[in-house]
Amino acid sequence: MSKISDTMAWIDERIPLTDTWNKHVGQYYAPKNFNFWYYFGSLALLVLVIQIVTGIFLTMNYKPDGELAFKSVEYIMRDVNWGWLIRYMHSTGASMFFVVVYLHMMRGIMYGSYKKPRELLWIFGMLIYLVLMAEAFMGYLLPWGQMSYWGAQVIISLFGAIPWVGDAITLWLRGDYVVSDATLNRFFALHVIAMPLVLVGLVFVHIIALHEVGSNNPDGNDIKKVKGPDGKPLDGIPFHPYYSVKDLVGVAVFLIIFFAIVFFAPEMGGYFLEHANFVPADPLKTPEHIAPVWYFTPYYAILRAIPIKLLGVLAMFAAIAVLFFLPWIDRNPVRSIRYRSTAYKVILAAFVISFLILGYYGLQPVTPLGTFISRLCSLIYFGFFIALFFISKNEKTKPVPERVNY
Amino acid sequence: MKFLNHLTSFSVAAVAAVGFIAAVPQTGYTAGAGADLEHFSPVRTDRALQRGARTFMNYCQGCHTAEYQRYSRLAEDIGLSEKDMLENMVFTTDANGEQTKVGSLIGTNMSKEYAKTAFGVVPPNLALVSRSRGVDWLYTYMKAFYLDESRPLGANNTVYPNVGMPHVLADLQGWQKPVYHDDGEGHQVLEGYQQVTAGKLSKQEYDATVSDLVSFLDYLGDPNREARHSLGIKVMLFLFLFLALAILLKKEYWKDVPHNS
Repeated sequence: MSKISDTMAWIDERIPLTDTWNKHVGQYYAPKNFNFWYYFGSLALLVLVIQIVTGIFLTMNYKPDGELAFKSVEYIMRDVNWGWLIRYMHSTGASMFFVVVYLHMMRGIMYGSYKKPRELLWIFGMLIYLVLMAEAFMGYLLPWGQMSYWGAQVIISLFGAIPWVGDAITLWLRGDYVVSDATLNRFFALHVIAMPLVLVGLVFVHIIALHEVGSNNPDGNDIKKVKGPDGKPLDGIPFHPYYSVKDLVGVAVFLIIFFAIVFFAPEMGGYFLEHANFVPADPLKTPEHIAPVWYFTPYYAILRAIPIKLLGVLAMFAAIAVLFFLPWIDRNPVRSIRYRSTAYKVILAAFVISFLILGYYGLQPVTPLGTFISRLCSLIYFGFFIALFFISKNEKTKPVPERVNY
Repeated sequence: MKFLNHLTSFSVAAVAAVGFIAAVPQTGYTAGAGADLEHFSPVRTDRALQRGARTFMNYCQGCHTAEYQRYSRLAEDIGLSEKDMLENMVFTTDANGEQTKVGSLIGTNMSKEYAKTAFGVVPPNLALVSRSRGVDWLYTYMKAFYLDESRPLGANNTVYPNVGMPHVLADLQGWQKPVYHDDGEGHQVLEGYQQVTAGKLSKQEYDATVSDLVSFLDYLGDPNREARHSLGIKVMLFLFLFLALAILLKKEYWKDVPHNS
């Protein structure tokens, strides 16, 4: 036996290294018909790593202090070697995380990847999305610019709409009567330690859940049902090397886009880094127009569409919460959009368009037309789930093939 | 081949989209009410930045700081030696009353207390003003001061009405007054300016001075832009090469995946 296999044997007697590799990579059989939409899971993992690594380096020079935070960011941008690169990678990574996660979720919805037996996989994914939103929100306060400050002020004040305990909750969240140094410090702690720990834990569980049930595919059939004489799925291929090399192509394309933004348009025209955030936080001066970063704006538009604050807040949270129940709202066992009815395709298209329009109006100052359209789109957004519940009960679907299309 | 074409066209389209989004909708600047903004493209030559820096140090720095940026870094970026910098552009003093060290941040000699008494507010740090306001706003603003005896400092501004700042460049530009016309619906529309008193500079010279100054402010807001772009091109070239190799590798492995139909 060679030195290497000796060493592997020594390790395998103590921890299941080879077994784990085979179970999750080397002999994890994935359907061979993955398309464009299947790149975003591995890309989400890549962005997570980028965010953690750049975040660690930012933490080395950032100062979580109301007096010093803004200055320390500019110090990183100007005086720290490669500080601007690290910071722009982190700020671009925040937005790209949501780009990738939204596309990943879209994939899950389109191909019914939330359906039995993948309900828990979907729920862990939703929890990741929820924690990611908290992580992004807290991170956005840290540069301590005007939009950081007032954005946090507005979002935290939403909890004040809760009857009886609202004020106590906002006070507890901020640690002060307004957003202040105390808020900045706790958000820093949560952003750099608590949330990333939870995030990494959830990502781990998400992957374990995926590998337990196996990957869905664009045809939505079950590749484990058709096995060859060797007991391996006929339409399955080992993740490594087939998908590791394929995902490498996705990584290359993603990095081209990612670094095109980092190097040539880090502000993305004010969408990734808002112009008002180049002014230090001033508790005495409210900016003319407060808008959250683009990835929150669909929910922000729903909030503003409803005239009663408490109902608006409830609707905003309900818009996210309802997604958790998708596996039970959609009662049709057919997974993939390829074999579902026209009615389903129509309501899904309406849902996606309404979400995008809500995102647009959430960025704009309030106008009567904008409010009207936001209300309409909020109705379509929630209407999708209601329509889906009824349509999916007796939906006329096409037969799902036994083998995948490849 | 189809796959390769797909991906390359996709990545080219994606990069084009990034460029498009970055170039077109410059949203969300805190635009002041009033006149339309003139479009301005900053110049990044050493000479323009040196002239802009001179105007900044002579006229702006009396009240405004550019803290976050250091004299030494500025000297390096605009092609001056530290000696040139200290002899020509460092007019501030440190706590001991000695000339500010070249490695220090670009501050001002005006105390915050004095500024509050004189102007009611501390004049803002200008290091990032080009990124919060945008260069179009700054360029138009610096040309939009006009004589207004009703204001405490005798000056008003069509871009930033009732601005608290005096017209610091009045001896260069001279004084002007805005000319409005009625658009027929009761709105006063700014038509242009009428020169009331002449300044030291002609209109063209003044525009050039403002152009250099705003180019300098643009530099202050984003001093790494050129380094970023030049590194960016190299990174893009590498990534396209990496993409090509990744595609070839993928195709090689996937040769043995059988098609179903």
